[in-house]
Amino acid sequence: MIVRSANAGTLESSDCLVTVMPAETIEIEYAGANEKIFRGRTEDLVREILGKYSLTGGAVKIQDSGALEVTLRARIETALERAMEAIAR
Amino acid sequence: MTGKNENMKNRPCRSMLYIPGDSPGMIQNAEVFGADSILLDLEDAVAASEKDAARKIVSSFLRGFDFGPLIVTVRINAADTEYFERDLEEIIPCRPDAVRLPKCSSPNDVKEADARISEIEKKNGIPAGSVALHAMLETALGVEDAFAVATASPRVTALTLGGQDLTADMGVQKTREGWELFYARSRVVLAARAAGVMAFDTVWTDINDPDGLYQESKQIVELGFSGKAAIHPSQIEVIHRAYRPSYKEVRKARRIAEAAEEAARVGKGVISVDGKMVDAPVVARALRLSATASLYDYEEDEEI
Repeated sequence: MIVRSANAGTLESSDCLVTVMPAETIEIEYAGANEKIFRGRTEDLVREILGKYSLTGGAVKIQDSGALEVTLRARIETALERAMEAIAR
Repeated sequence: MTGKNENMKNRPCRSMLYIPGDSPGMIQNAEVFGADSILLDLEDAVAASEKDAARKIVSSFLRGFDFGPLIVTVRINAADTEYFERDLEEIIPCRPDAVRLPKCSSPNDVKEADARISEIEKKNGIPAGSVALHAMLETALGVEDAFAVATASPRVTALTLGGQDLTADMGVQKTREGWELFYARSRVVLAARAAGVMAFDTVWTDINDPDGLYQESKQIVELGFSGKAAIHPSQIEVIHRAYRPSYKEVRKARRIAEAAEEAARVGKGVISVDGKMVDAPVVARALRLSATASLYDYEEDEEI
């Protein structure tokens, strides 16, 4: 369960900044230079990762500066784990 | 040991470029810099608040990114830190070529890490010994124990000298000439050769002094190091230049190699080049030098 808001990543080139906040349902916000091309891919990725953590709710905001999928994945997971931290520990 | 380690032993590893584990932009461009290998760093290059993020970036890249011909080593945090356990748990299942373990001061430090890595390999269904261990010697005690550290586990495939911490431990300055590290370097190389593992030298920290780096690199090549760590992409070319055999050496080595081949072909036990007898260690060295030379371009009329 997401218990607090948390960030991961940067706005540097080839990176992305991910912000996660508690929410009842899954809400995904995505901004980046190639929004049209990558929105679908990124939303699928967020849903897949939320599923992996058994989360049915959470607001995920991504500012993408050209991150590869491996980078997006790492940043989303880091932000989620930070946002879930109080329970995990 | 599995094929992966054996394979690594036979690949040149003249340069090892440190890349901060939380810099995806640099990691994705790693191959462009031209290093023989990269060291994805979870330790000193990563702030305490970003340790979790760096671990995620490194494991995500190891699982889903093609590093091409690069040898990929991950420097984890030392065993006496709170990060050590999680570093191993998240990194070992991703099967990097090796992990670099800082602050090895005794064979026991290696044995404990080895036991932990073996457990994680087993739990994840990875063949035992898949991930090699590079033991960093950066204390006076570690250097004195170099051979025992190198032979503490078959997982150890390299010793590596940590010059910054070692000079601090010795209470001396790291100088441009590096005499304070001369004995430690010699000791580490000798221990590594005796144990049949590779030896890697410490970093040159002044990125604005490539001449100093070149001189130090020549010195460590002559001492017998397998490679040297770099902290900036611009240092790679300098290190590679230091490893480049002269054309004269290459020409001589090739003639010895050809003579050895010819002798083997006709079944002669004794090899002679220009009327002089050449014995086995000389042939072995010539073959090694030829292998190194194959990494470089040579002009026929080159004079060095």
